[in-house]
Amino acid sequence: MSRFALLLSLLFALVPAQTRADEVVVYSARNEQLIKPLFDAYTQRTGVTVRFITDKEGPLMARLKAEDRNTPADVLLTVDAGNLWQAAAEGLLRPVKSPILAANIPAHLRDPDNQWFGLSVRARTIVYNKNRVKPGELSTYEDLASPKWRGRLCLRTAKKVYNQSLVAMMIHELGEERTEAIVKGWVDNLAAPPFADDTQAMEAVAAGQCDVTLVNTYYFGRLMEKKPNLPLAIFWPNQAAKSAMGGVHVNISGAGVTRHAKNPAGAVRLLEWLSSEDAQNLFADVNLEYPVNPRVAPDKVVAAWGSFKQNLVNVEAAGRLQTKAVRLMDRAGYK
Amino acid sequence: MPQARPRTWRPDGWLALALAIAALVLIPVAVTLAAFAHPQAELLAHLAEFVLPELVANTLWLGAGVAVGVGVIGVSLAWLTAVCEFPGRRFFNWALLLPLALPAYVLGFVVIGLLDFSGPLQSALRAAFGPVVLPQIRSRFGVIVTLSLALYPYVYLIARNAFATQGAVALEAAQSLGHSRRAGFFRVALPMARPWIAAGVMLALMETLADFGTMAVFNYDTFTTAIYKAWFSLFSLPAAAQLASILIAFVLAMVVIEQRSRAAMRYGAVGRAAHTRRIRLSGASAVLASGWAGAVLTLAFIVPVTQLALWALPILGEDLDARYWGFFRHSLVLAGSGALLVVATSVLLAYAGRESRSPGMPWVQRVATLGYAFPGAVLAVGLYIPVAWLDNLLIDRFGAAAGVLKGSLVVMLLAYLVRFLAVGFGPVDSGLQRITRSIDDAARSLGHTLRTRLARVHLPMLRASLVTAATLTFVDIMKEMPITLMTRPFGWDTLAVRVFEMTSEGQWERAALPALAIVIAGIIPVMILTAHGDRAHG
Repeated sequence: MSRFALLLSLLFALVPAQTRADEVVVYSARNEQLIKPLFDAYTQRTGVTVRFITDKEGPLMARLKAEDRNTPADVLLTVDAGNLWQAAAEGLLRPVKSPILAANIPAHLRDPDNQWFGLSVRARTIVYNKNRVKPGELSTYEDLASPKWRGRLCLRTAKKVYNQSLVAMMIHELGEERTEAIVKGWVDNLAAPPFADDTQAMEAVAAGQCDVTLVNTYYFGRLMEKKPNLPLAIFWPNQAAKSAMGGVHVNISGAGVTRHAKNPAGAVRLLEWLSSEDAQNLFADVNLEYPVNPRVAPDKVVAAWGSFKQNLVNVEAAGRLQTKAVRLMDRAGYK
Repeated sequence: MPQARPRTWRPDGWLALALAIAALVLIPVAVTLAAFAHPQAELLAHLAEFVLPELVANTLWLGAGVAVGVGVIGVSLAWLTAVCEFPGRRFFNWALLLPLALPAYVLGFVVIGLLDFSGPLQSALRAAFGPVVLPQIRSRFGVIVTLSLALYPYVYLIARNAFATQGAVALEAAQSLGHSRRAGFFRVALPMARPWIAAGVMLALMETLADFGTMAVFNYDTFTTAIYKAWFSLFSLPAAAQLASILIAFVLAMVVIEQRSRAAMRYGAVGRAAHTRRIRLSGASAVLASGWAGAVLTLAFIVPVTQLALWALPILGEDLDARYWGFFRHSLVLAGSGALLVVATSVLLAYAGRESRSPGMPWVQRVATLGYAFPGAVLAVGLYIPVAWLDNLLIDRFGAAAGVLKGSLVVMLLAYLVRFLAVGFGPVDSGLQRITRSIDDAARSLGHTLRTRLARVHLPMLRASLVTAATLTFVDIMKEMPITLMTRPFGWDTLAVRVFEMTSEGQWERAALPALAIVIAGIIPVMILTAHGDRAHG
């Protein structure tokens, strides 16, 4: 009996269901718990089913490439601009003309060639220990390289794409030579070897192992939700009008329509909905991110961190300069 | 021992069978080697200048450290539980296998969470004594200790089987020749168990060299982290594949050297364990034995699982929904059918080695078990590319409905076979080596054909090895991530996939729930193994 059930389920899995017109297939590097609520809501409103599979960006792109014209995927969704830029560069995405997407998403948060679109904004900023740092001591990303922070800085590993994007943007704004000197300065200032994730780096700041770190704000939000008494606060760097690098570095979680999509119209409709007022709060708030659509206000936890001036360079630069940034960090000894 | 044995079967048939099995592994190897068609000289020069020197040293230190670590922990515990009698022996006998079910990167995360500067231990010390500085846990030392604790069960399980069947006999023989107990262990029992210890250490080493998850948690750079860096950060899959082929060549060389160094020796069973008495430890040595086993079990299992439980408890109501039953069932079905496939193939491959007299056979076997040395995601792509290619070919000829390969469980199970054949083959082959040729000759003289010899003589004698192989493979598949992620059909999410979802955005506390579920599912085969082991060895 159980052998029968096993055999049946094997056979069932052997034959993939055919793609239907009222269905969109998504390859997602954004986690299941962050996208499923949205897709469920979309199905409820439109009757369109969204089938999706999650994996890391690298394998998803390798998969799209191998499947080529017979891929079941209509949409590729990632959590950073660098990988979207790379997918476009490898010809895995297609340009999309949509006035709705153009209206909902600020120009610097989508591809100039319309191959990918930001759907939520992630700000990478400074978090400091309130007991050990006065906000007046803080100013810019660059300043964290100055000797006054010797032994007071904690950083997440250079292997994380968020840090690679930040350094790529610095290369764009400050030039390669200056950026390399800054990254070297960061490494000299480290109080502990780089951490595996943002949360660990913040815990180290809270425990007094170091005084400042660089994190995506939603990690800060999550940590403070769980441990509200930690002596941590957010600082928005590079806000002065004369900053060489203007504004806080932002990255996107975003998506594009695949080149060989079977249901490109359905894919575009899904992206348009995801950027709409209807979906933006759901998309961003579930992970305490910022909505990409300027007409939508962030969650009140997020809003409480204050408003800030963001860097307005198109995030496409983060993808274009990513390999340069990685090599620069290798040379600087940032692990 | 007979020098020449009569040919009872066409040796070429066995070679062909082994070649067919090895061909499966050659597919991803070929895809990996094809990367050399896209030279990446400039990128590799950059890595060679700034990254490789340090991480080659890191990798060698790690390999040496883990080999010693799993060897010392695994062999000592195997000897104690298989040959000695001490308080708690029956409990430790099976409980020491439990860490097998805990993924190494989960153990790593718990270790760091507890022992790093901001963790509870150091915070408490600071609160009590002011500034206290403990050695950095996110270090070479920390990663070696963590992996040794996570991987020692490979050595423990395989060596315990060897000691249980021959250890005490060997020791008695040595003592009757005037050796002390200590000399008997080091000069007779330990060398006699070498193929089994080596098989276990080799599995732990291959796992270590291909590990990405634990290295990421410790931010410890090895050769494998450079492979992923080339792929994920520098966007060069060819460079990653080229580096991976260097790693695989290194592992192959390691395996061959180990094999050569004991090629001249022959190993066989020396008697029945059931007839010998255990060495009864008393006084200080009994306390030491229980203390050592207890300490390893506490550090490698009790503490981390307690921590996971504490993390999982508050989110139980939120996260534990009806879908968990599905994740659990998918994990069990995949690990169960995967383990069956791997063990059956291992028996065929090991048997081919025994029956065929082709000089190339050891090489074919080594190649067939190389899948374990691949970094997981590289192997997944190496398998996926040809499958998708074949699918596209079929679709072009026969229309869209013909594209049934990718996204089917068949591909998934074949990928598990390629990855984990080494895990099944190690115990099965070393078990088969213990069955002497004279037993074959006796069976033959009693009129057994090859098939009845396998079914009536060998398989019953191999039972412990088969169950060992099945358990190791089952638990390994439960924990496996990159292949599962890449080849799973829509909707076939497993417990390991859940762990991935939670950890990839740093939500380690929420990952505790699926990690615990993996541990629970992993305990089931350990229990079966123990029941079998007790019947087999008394």
